[in-house]
Amino acid sequence: MEPTVSFFSGFTINDLWFLGEAALRTLWISVLSISIGTLLGVVCGWILYEGKLAAALTVAPFLDVFRSVPLIIQLVLFYNFAPIVGLNLDPFASGMVILSIYTAALVANVARGGIEAVGAPMRRAARSLGMTYWQDLRYVVFPIGGRAVFPAWVGVALGVMKDSALVSVLGYVELLKASQILITRTQEPFLILTIAGAFYFALSYPISRYSASLEKRWAQ
Amino acid sequence: MFDYNFHWRPVMKSLPDLLEASLLTLQVAVLAMILGIIIGLCLALTRLHLKGPLYWFASAWVELARNTPALFQLFFFGFGLGAFGLHLSPYFIVLVGLTFNCAGYLAENFRGGFQAVPETQLRASRSLGMTAWQAYTRVVIPQVFRIVYHPITNQMVWAVLMSSLGMLVGFRELSGETQFFASRTFRIFEYFAVTAVIYYVIVKIILGASRLLATRLFRY
Repeated sequence: MEPTVSFFSGFTINDLWFLGEAALRTLWISVLSISIGTLLGVVCGWILYEGKLAAALTVAPFLDVFRSVPLIIQLVLFYNFAPIVGLNLDPFASGMVILSIYTAALVANVARGGIEAVGAPMRRAARSLGMTYWQDLRYVVFPIGGRAVFPAWVGVALGVMKDSALVSVLGYVELLKASQILITRTQEPFLILTIAGAFYFALSYPISRYSASLEKRWAQ
Repeated sequence: MFDYNFHWRPVMKSLPDLLEASLLTLQVAVLAMILGIIIGLCLALTRLHLKGPLYWFASAWVELARNTPALFQLFFFGFGLGAFGLHLSPYFIVLVGLTFNCAGYLAENFRGGFQAVPETQLRASRSLGMTAWQAYTRVVIPQVFRIVYHPITNQMVWAVLMSSLGMLVGFRELSGETQFFASRTFRIFEYFAVTAVIYYVIVKIILGASRLLATRLFRY
C-alpha cells in the first residue's frame, strides 16, 4: 500500500524530546541571565543604598527605564540596536544581555531592601568591634539582609525565568518557540501548549512552593 | 560605528496612530484590571473560606496564572482553545489572557490582605450590631484596600507592560501598531525606540496618578 503523504504529521515521542531539549534551553538562558543579573543587581542595589547623589543620578534612572518599558520592546530594540554600534549578536546573546539587565533592575531594589533590613545599630556594633566597612558588608549585612530578602529574590528569579519566554521573538528556540514550531507542523495546538505549560509549571512550581515554605519558617 | 541613518520622519508621521493605539493599550489594561480585581477577590475569598471543588478550582487558577509565562497564557487562549472550535479575536485573546494573569496575582495579594486583618475585628463589629455586610464593607474591606493598594498599582503597571505581548497574537495596540509600521518601513529601531518612550510615559503617569490618589485617600 502506498503510504499516504501528508503535509502535517502527528505528535510523536521525538517531539516530546524536542520540547524537553527546548525546556533545557529555557533553563540555560534563565540561569545564565539570573546569575549575571543578580551580581549586577546587588552592586546596583548597594550603589542605590549608598545614595551618593552622583551614583543615584546615574544608576537609578537607568534601572527605572528598564523596569518601565515592556521586556519585549527592550528585546526588539536591543536586537536592532546592536548592529548599529557594530556588534553582531545572535538571538541568544542579545536575549541574555537584556534579560540580565532586566534582572539587575529588579534585583537592585530587592538588594537595597536587604541592606535596609539590617538595622543601623547592628552595623554600628559591627564597626565598633573593629570590622572594616567591607567586613561589615560581608559578614553582617550579606548574611542577615540576604536572608531577609531571599524569598523576594526567588520571586524575581522565577519571574525572569517565565519572562525568558519572550526571547522567542528574537528567534531563539526555547520552550515556547519550540512549541510554536511543533504547532505549525502538527496542527495540534492544545496538546502541545498543554505539554509546554506543564514543563513551565514543573520548572516554576516546586521552587515557588519551597520559597513560600522557607519564608514561613524564617518568619517564625 | 554609528554609520547608520536614523530616519525619524516616518515615525513622527505615524506618531498620531501610535498614540491612538496606546489608548487601546490603556483600555485593555484597565478592563483586564477591573475584571482581574473582581475575579481575584472571588478567588481569594474562595481559597480562604470554601473547601472542595471550588477551592481546587481557585487554587488551580492561581497556581497556573502565577507559574506559567504570561505569553504562554496568551498563546493558550489564542491558539490552544482553537482545538475546541473557540476562536477569540486578538482583542479578546489579550483581554482574557491579561485578566487570567492579573486575577491570579491579585488573588494572592487579596488573600494576604484578608489574612492581615484580625478576625477579632470582624467579631467586634458584629457584636456592635453591624450586619455581616456592614462589617465587611465598613471595617474589613477598607483595611484590606489599604494593604493591597500598592500591589494593585504595581499590577496595573504590569498589565500595561504585559499588553505589549498583544503584538505576538496580532493585536494592534501600541506594540502591535509599532510592529505593523516597523515591518512596512523597515525602520524597526526608530519605531521601537519611540514606542519605548511612550510606554515609559504611560507608566510614569499611572504611578504619579496612584501616588496622588494615595495622598488623597490615606490621609489619616
